[in-house]
Order: sequence, then structure tokens, then C-alpha cells
Amino acid sequence: MTDAPAIELRGISKAFGPVQANKDIAMSVARGTIHGIVGENGAGKSTLMSILYGFYKADAGEIFINGKATAIPDSQAAIRAGIGMVHQHFKLVENFTVLENVILGAEDGALLRPSIAKARRLLTELSKEYGLKVDPDAIIEDLSVGHQQRVEILKQLYRHADILILDEPTGVLTPAEADQLFRILERLRAEGKTIILITHKLREIMEITDTVSVMRRGEMTNTVKTADTSPAELAEMMVGRKVLLQVDKTQAQPGEVVLSVRDLRVTHGGVARLKGVSFDIRRGEIFGIAGVAGNGQTELLEVLGGMMAATGGSVSLFGAPLPVTGPDANGQARRAQGIGHVPEDRQTEGLIMAFEAWENVAFGYHRDPKYNSGPLMDNTAIRADCADKMARYDVRPPNPRLPARNFSGGNQQKIVVAREMDRAPDLLLVGQPTRGVDIGAIEFIHKQIIALRDQGKAILLVSVELDEIMGLSDRIAVMFDGQIMGERLPQDTDQNALGLLMAGVTEGAA
Amino acid sequence: MDKMPKWADVVLIPLISVVLALLVSGLVVAIIGESPLRAMQIMVRGAFGSAYGWGYTLYYATNFIFTGLAVAVAFHARLFNIGGEGQAALGGLGVAVILLAVDWPHWSLALAAAMGFAMLFAAAWAALPAYLQAKRGSHIVITTIMFNYIASALLVYLLVNVFRVEGSMSPESARFAENTHLPGGGDFAGFLGFSATTPLNISIFLALIACVLVWLLIWRTRLGYEIRAFGQSETAAVYAGINPFKIIMITMLISGALAGMMAINVVMGEAERLVLDFTEGAGFVGIAVALMGRSHPVGVVLAALLFGALYQGGAELQFEMPAISREMIVVIQALVILFTGALDNMVRMPVQKLFLALKRRRDHAARPTPEA
Repeated sequence: MTDAPAIELRGISKAFGPVQANKDIAMSVARGTIHGIVGENGAGKSTLMSILYGFYKADAGEIFINGKATAIPDSQAAIRAGIGMVHQHFKLVENFTVLENVILGAEDGALLRPSIAKARRLLTELSKEYGLKVDPDAIIEDLSVGHQQRVEILKQLYRHADILILDEPTGVLTPAEADQLFRILERLRAEGKTIILITHKLREIMEITDTVSVMRRGEMTNTVKTADTSPAELAEMMVGRKVLLQVDKTQAQPGEVVLSVRDLRVTHGGVARLKGVSFDIRRGEIFGIAGVAGNGQTELLEVLGGMMAATGGSVSLFGAPLPVTGPDANGQARRAQGIGHVPEDRQTEGLIMAFEAWENVAFGYHRDPKYNSGPLMDNTAIRADCADKMARYDVRPPNPRLPARNFSGGNQQKIVVAREMDRAPDLLLVGQPTRGVDIGAIEFIHKQIIALRDQGKAILLVSVELDEIMGLSDRIAVMFDGQIMGERLPQDTDQNALGLLMAGVTEGAA
Repeated sequence: MDKMPKWADVVLIPLISVVLALLVSGLVVAIIGESPLRAMQIMVRGAFGSAYGWGYTLYYATNFIFTGLAVAVAFHARLFNIGGEGQAALGGLGVAVILLAVDWPHWSLALAAAMGFAMLFAAAWAALPAYLQAKRGSHIVITTIMFNYIASALLVYLLVNVFRVEGSMSPESARFAENTHLPGGGDFAGFLGFSATTPLNISIFLALIACVLVWLLIWRTRLGYEIRAFGQSETAAVYAGINPFKIIMITMLISGALAGMMAINVVMGEAERLVLDFTEGAGFVGIAVALMGRSHPVGVVLAALLFGALYQGGAELQFEMPAISREMIVVIQALVILFTGALDNMVRMPVQKLFLALKRRRDHAARPTPEA
């Protein structure tokens, strides 16, 4: 093999209508290295990778694979060129076995048996070679998320991929699983594979990559050796100005108990999602709930927010019982009682994407007398309120008539935050406040949450980002399998200890 | 950033679709050996060439406004109410029941009562599919279609066994009393040349009032806001504390009531008795009208007018060009539905591209050129 870089991009440009998603991108990744790509949402990382994998066709520019100019009109061509992609959301058939998934789309003939036998042999070899241990006969839905991801990687290796693209691979993993993934990536690198890692977690970039490229507004602004840079510097390159990665806050001054949850249980679709959760939140404190997604945090927020009925347990607000089932357990009643709710998913819950910004500012509060005059809604008042909130919460562009879907993720979230926090609710439920939000907006939203705490309000924070939990919370609980595994104070714990709890390991068992 | 101006979305695209549909229709007419131009001429003249033509066109349009609004309101909650036909039939039953049962002193009182009964009966007919959808998740498309058949069978039974006048051979009710007859086009617009020869009656004003009320409901009231929010995203609606059961029920009751109002125009205004199959497919045309009108009352009025003209012009065409049969008229109407409803994206994509290209060129030109 020559010394030519595994991948070289020259002058790649791509526009979607008036939006220039990629502008004259040049990038070169040496064989046998791990290359990170960081950038805020909408910086053009996904577009670039989609071009490389043949989902989009670039308007201009060339792709060289191992020094050879290569056209990649579709994903079949990408696979032929030795490029494999592991998507953020796995593309596996849930009720197939590992083997069946691996050969899916790469069967040799009309009969499955010979392919499966061949795949079994190859899979055993691959597993040994790279430490990718998976039971080939296991059904996908029985596997943990970390193992499912291994299947995705095996699928690519089975297709002879030399270049692996991983899109936000650690988003759904526990810290321990992420560690294991990194060990696998190191093995792959040692075997001469080239890896492109797309992530927004600067810590991961520092830990695993050899070189890193920063994208901002469709342009590749910098490419540096990881050893020569720091997280602060990378963040500055991504945003274009200095940002605070650490949250500034004073010691909490907890007051009376606002929310008291006792033995809360939820069974949904025949599965127990919450198995007896109890905790208290006081005035002036942020109670953080850490955990890998899907361990009951969503159900907890939805029960407290009045979106889902509990099957057992009780909740009280300022000592008075808060209904968790029946007609009085709904979002309108919760808002009337001073509970704000920034939901986990702003696109399917927090906002109506087709509604204009001003309509979204009234969402959930549309029965508020100040938004109404008689039988009709007072659209002028709502628009004025929206313009005012947009100015104070720095929503860009500050245009109340723009549909929600036309705002960036960060600005959409600011609209939700403005709506839910501006009324200074006694209790604020916050789920994944900064998921898919750019660094500048993260900083802003974190400040808002702390400001609300300092006004003496109680805050329940659910996040899968450990950094966020550690940085904001005054007390941390870890959820695993519908239960709270333990409570910690942020100053007395670290990511590893929380990571163990997130994986369901308690001190007694460890 | 909007892909194109609103007028292009509301006016230009439906217009192009209609022109395309008419071109293809012309082709079909040419294939059977008739002149498409002459056929077009006859249709336009038949629909708009005289007060007589206008009278019929507006009469049909009144039906389609009601059924179109019915579908449009349900659309806003993402409910596909295909049961306009059956709901209108039940509305007709309601009209007949109250007009035959009571001796009305004046048409205005009779009208108020008939409206109440038409809406009540039709809404009740929509309520059951709505309940099944809201509580059991039975798809409303399936249930409303099935309810059309039940309604039709029910009306046959009632007209033959209950309402039929003793000794009469035809399955229809007795004529309503003279006092209940609605003022026709000749009464309120005789100065425009309308006369009693057309079935046009004051129901058209009720239809226009309904348009205004629907517009107010959807875009100005809390209920309309909740209906639209629910239609866009049920999870978001639940998050905001909007009760899906309530929204599905209320929306379908309103939708059904609007479909039922069609019976005022036909049963009370035109036939002045309950006849079999008086809906004549208007419930289904309402779907096309709502689709083409983008579920907006103004769009519904324009689309209803178009379909009214197609009905009336088509009838004239059949009369003047015997080679063009009743089925040919249906083909032409179907082509309009196909192009405006199902093939919408075929026109939309190129038009969007055109506007984007224009916009880019304009932006380009607007940028100040660097000095040499």
C-alpha cells in the first residue's frame, strides 16, 4: 500500500436551496488513524458524511480513496470503496439474529444456509481479531445497546470496510460501554483501519482521536493534531468565541420541600418502567437524575408532567397530593399548579413544528386569560409576548411569524425554555435541556436554570449527559431499570462512580 | 425561510393542476372524436353563461361548501372523515322528521328547527366512528366508510317502510308544507336574472356564514388552536394538556354537523321532501374540495365553485354532445380530483424549484458587486 491518505476530500460543496451546508471542504485522513470531526448542530458534519457515504451528491469537489479519485453516487459505491457507516440510530432488524443481520443485504445466493455458515466462520474470526465479542445466534432485541453497536461494526467489517464512520456513537452508551467501544476502536486502528468519529463530546475527542477537524457554518475551519489542542480551544474554534465549559454557580440554599415522590410505579405496555421511585426536591435546589436513556427517566418526567398515568405510588406538591392518574392528571392542571415542563423531545412534544413561533409561545398556556379576549384568542397579545420573550431569551432570528421548524435546534429550545421558565414556576421539570443544542445556547440555558434555582424554585433535571448532571445538580440520583440506584452529592462523586451506578452496579455487589 | 410565496401555494399550484387536468380531459375528448375546444366552450357556457347556469352552479357549490368544510375541519385534526355522504343522509332524515312532524307557521322558524335537527342527526352519525377512533383506535377512514353504507341502507328502509306516502310507488317522503319552503334565487336575487327555474336557495348564505364561522373556529378560538395542535402532533398535544379524546369527539361532531347542513340545501331547499340518495356523491366531492382548498374556507369556496361548475357544465355537455356520456363527465371530474389531490407534488416540486432559482438569482443580483 502507498502512503496516500485513506480519505482525501477536495473542494466539497453542497447547498440545499439557499442554505450552503458544505463550503469548499478539504480534509485528509491518514490510513490507520482515528480522525475526529466536531462542530455545532447544523455545522455540516452530517452532510459531509452523507456525501462520503453516497446519500447526497456534492455540488462540487472530489473524493480520493487511497489516493484514487472515486465517485460515490450511492451507498453501494461507498461499500465497494471500503467505507462503512455506523449510524447514530442503529439500522438493525430487531427480531433477527446477529448472523442474519450481518449478512442482510450481503447474502451470496438465493439460499441462506451457505451464507450463514460462511458468515459464522468470518464472524468468529473478526470477533477474535478485534475483541468484538457477540453471540452470533442472539436475537438483536435481547442484546444491550453496546452489543447492538458491536453488531453494526461487525456488519461493516463483514463488508470489508477499511474506513469506518461512526456518527455520535456514544450517545446511547454508559461510560463503561463507551470505554469498551474505544478499546475496540483502538484495536481496529492497530489493524490498519481508518476511523472517522463524529461527536460533540470534546472529552471523547481528546481521549481517542489522533487528529481532529472543526466545522463551523458549513466550513472546515481548523484541522489540528489532538495532542496539540485542548477542549477549551476546540470549543472556541467551534463557536467562534470563548465559551465557559464549566458552569458558574454558588452553593445551593435548599428550603422547604416542594415535590415529594413516594414509591412511584408505572407499567406501560406490559413492562414495568418505574419500579418504586422515591425522592424529595426542595426550594432552591437542582435535583439531577443521571442514567442511560430508557431506564425510566422519560416515564418519571411524563407522570410528573401529567402526560402519563402512574400505576402506583403518590406525589405531593407543597404537601398537598398531586393526582397521578385520572382526568386531573393532565398538562393543563400541572401548569395551573405552577409546574413548568421543558420536555425531553422539543420536536415531538415541546413544540408544534408547523406552528409559528408565537403560536408555540402560547402552547400549553393557550387558556391563560392574558392570551385571550372573550371567546377568541388574542393573537396580537400573544405575538407581542413572543417578540418580548424572543428579545429577552436571545432567540434568533427574532421573528414571531417564523414556523418553529425553521429555527435551529438551539433556538427552538430557547423558545421552549422561555415559555416554561419565564413564569418562574415553583417546580420546573427539565428533560435533556441541551440535547442537540449548540454550545452557545447550552451556556445560556444552563445559566437560566441556575438563575431559576437562585430564585428559590425547585428543579428536576433529567439528562443523559453526565457532564451536565455533574455541572448543574446540587444532588444527583442515578436511575437504572426503573429504580434509583443511589443518591450522591456532586462534590463527593465522580464520573466513574456514577457510571457504575448507571450500569446497575451498587457498592454491595461490586 | 419559505420555499415560495403564499399566493403560489394557495392559487398558482391549484390553478396549474386544474389546467393540466383539463388538458388531459381535452385529450380524452379528442380521442373519442369530439372537439375538445367545443366541449370546453359548452361546459363554461353551461356553468357561467346564463343566470340559469349560475343558479345550478351555485346550488351545487353550496352542497360542496358544506361537505368540503366538513372534511376540512376534520383534516385539521388529522382525521380523515370520509363519511360526509352518510352524515349528510342522516341530516336529511333529521330535516324530514322535524318538517313533517310539526306544522310550521313560517319558513324561518322551520329553517332554524331543520338546521338543528340536520346537524344533530348528522353529528350523531359521526359520533360513533369518532368514539371508536378515540377509545378503541378503530381507524376513522374505515368506520366512516362503513357508516356510509349503513346510512344508505337505513334510509332505504325508512323511505320504503315508514316515510313512503300511502299508495305511492316511489321511495320518498310526503312533500313538506308550503310554509316551510325556503326563498329561492328568484326571491332574493331576481334582479340578477335568477328565477324559480333553478334550485338555488338561501342556503348559499348559510354556507358562506359557515365558512366564516369555520375560519373563526380554526384560527381564532382556543378550540381551533387545540384541534390544529392535536392534528400536528398528538404527543405534543398531550404534553400541553390537550385531551385527545375530547378533541377527536368534538372535531368529528362539528364535521358531521357541517356535512348534515347540506341537507338544508337539497332536502329542504330543492326537493322539499326526502328522496332516496339525495346526496348524489356530494360527500365524496367534499374530500376533493377540501384537498384542493387546502382545508381553508376561502380555498373550499373556490374549489366548491369549480366543482359546482363541473357538475352543471358537465350536465350541459352531456345534453349537447350525446357522444360524451355521463361516464365521461365523471372521468373529467375524476381527473381534476387526481391532479389537484393525488398528484399535488408533481406540480409542487417544479414550482418550488422555480421559485428557489428565482430567489437565488434575485439574491445574487441584490448583492453589491465589488468595485473593479
